[in-house]
Amino acid sequence: MLDERERRDIEKEIGKYAMKQAAAPEALKIVQKYRGWVTDEALGDVARFLDMTEGELDSVATSYNLIFRKPVGRHIVLMCDSVSCWLMGHEQIYEHVRERLGIAFGQTTPDGRFTLLPIACAGACDKAPVMMIDETFYVQLDPSKIDGILEKYE
Amino acid sequence: METPLTKNIDPVRGPLDVSGYEKAGGYRALRKALRMPPRDVQKMVTDSNLRGRGGAGFPTGLKWSFVPMGKAARRPKYLLINADEMEPGTFKDRFLLEGDPHSLVESAIISSYAIEADVAYVFVRRSYSAAARLLEQAISEAYGKSYLGKNVLGSDYSLDMYVHVSAGRYMCGEENGLINALEGRRPMPRIKPPFPQTCGLWGQPTVVNNVETIANVAHIVMNGPEWFKSLSVSGEGGTKLYGVSGRVKKPGLWELPLGTSLGEIIDNYAGGMAEGYAFRAAQPGGASTDFVLEKDLGAKMDFTSLQKVGSRLGTGTVVVLDDRSCPVGMVRNLEKFFARESCGWCTPCREGLNWVAEILEAIEAGRGEPGDIGILEEQTRLLGPGRTFCALAPGAMEPLQSALTCFREDFEAHIDGHGCPWRR
Ligand SMILES: Cc1cc2nc3c(=O)[nH]c(=O)nc-3n(C[C@H](O)[C@H](O)[C@H](O)COP(=O)(O)O)c2cc1C
Ligand code: SF4
Ligand code: FES
Repeated sequence: MLDERERRDIEKEIGKYAMKQAAAPEALKIVQKYRGWVTDEALGDVARFLDMTEGELDSVATSYNLIFRKPVGRHIVLMCDSVSCWLMGHEQIYEHVRERLGIAFGQTTPDGRFTLLPIACAGACDKAPVMMIDETFYVQLDPSKIDGILEKYE
Repeated sequence: METPLTKNIDPVRGPLDVSGYEKAGGYRALRKALRMPPRDVQKMVTDSNLRGRGGAGFPTGLKWSFVPMGKAARRPKYLLINADEMEPGTFKDRFLLEGDPHSLVESAIISSYAIEADVAYVFVRRSYSAAARLLEQAISEAYGKSYLGKNVLGSDYSLDMYVHVSAGRYMCGEENGLINALEGRRPMPRIKPPFPQTCGLWGQPTVVNNVETIANVAHIVMNGPEWFKSLSVSGEGGTKLYGVSGRVKKPGLWELPLGTSLGEIIDNYAGGMAEGYAFRAAQPGGASTDFVLEKDLGAKMDFTSLQKVGSRLGTGTVVVLDDRSCPVGMVRNLEKFFARESCGWCTPCREGLNWVAEILEAIEAGRGEPGDIGILEEQTRLLGPGRTFCALAPGAMEPLQSALTCFREDFEAHIDGHGCPWRR
């Protein structure tokens, strides 16, 4: 069941468009914001709310990199692995984070603290290498900066 | 040197609010445009020679001219502003969105007026959440001042504007992928024709333009097409946001006359190569542009000059390859990106890009075979222009085909030496 808040937020998004279905990506993000990820049950609820079939909505959900159809950690580490970051040392950063957290791209730490994902060019190539944790950008990274950054997240 | 696009931008101070923007001369161009018939606004843009800054360089006035106009036209009509910016190496639209949102809003209103659009959407990628918030704020201020909404500034013209925040996928930036994404479908392209100008969002007349393209419009209307043409070095019109990333002294972004040379941008603005690194090659306009070598650093960064040296202006953001990074590794990184972001509709792209990425991975890891270069060359033809529904695959082949020529000996050294010389 979608709760009051979720329904209100989704209604607001629907108001921008000529057709309800256009609110699909935002509706999925709204559910994800409150629940962390999009469960099958939530997907069904959103689909009914937007007059879509579950299949249709899942095809939309799975086409986006930042809609999570599996459980994720409390914090999402999005590490840019595109070309400018690669040139500026992305691989060393990735190695360091992988060692620190004991997880590779696509995985979540056993304590549920972090999920580590690659992201396509984060649009900060002049400050490469970069990563985002949740909504915060971290730029001009080098391995020595990583531990201090990760520590900030519970 | 005039810098119309960035004159209000001060990253330390932050963006101007509506009254600050008005004091800086903002929304005067809108008043001027509303006194002209929409077709005359279109004509100014056509006469200015403005070409798309989103990658393909299509003439903006010509694009608009295909939109049905007047009473007979089907309504509503839409203007979609492409702020998806996910092309690797590209970070220019973000600077405008975060630096001066009102300037984009004003130009978007004028552009909407020029094609008689009823609704405009700014399509923003998920990771630019700060930009999206600033835009929402600017739009709501513009409504408050009657720059948006019913009867804009008391005229007969009405316009609504909304921000759509996406959820992350490179294909959302492709013109028709963006339209499908806005409709709440998978971000895949559509078969053309029909073109969006006659049959776009929900089947209605629609124009898709890049952020930087649109941002020029208010200035063209205010100062005229001749002024705009005089801004560029080469007569192609206007300034351009040029960026440089990679191992240079001062990576960054500058608004310069369109047609400033590649070498000048790297040396004078980016400060030349960083200590201990030498220049090897550059992609002049983001991930899907052909490499150019040192001998072509004199090329003007504009649409025709870069074509003459076998590349493209693309997004105008330069990615520099240095002598201490492996060219094969760089191409592998690029092709992995394209393979991952392929929407899978066309067989050559879906299968071919993965194959290309795997071969490059194998070559890097020392498992390359003598026939591999031939296979890669074949793929550049099979995924070339005209064989797929969108430009992702041909775009992916540009760095590959040029790398196979520019860095031939590096590919061979990997295969013959069973590994990457840079990793030993
Ligand atoms: C895979 C792909 C991704 C694209 N991404 C973007 C983008 O993020 N932003 C953009 O403005 N254009 C992008 N384009 C180009 C658009 O299709 C379109 O040409 C452009 O938005 C038109 O605007 P313009 O004429 O103002 O340049 C992309 C094209 C392709 C094939
Ligand atoms: S070229 Fe690739 S990304 Fe473009 S439509 Fe075909 S499969 Fe999709
Ligand atoms: S390549 Fe990493 S931010 Fe652009």
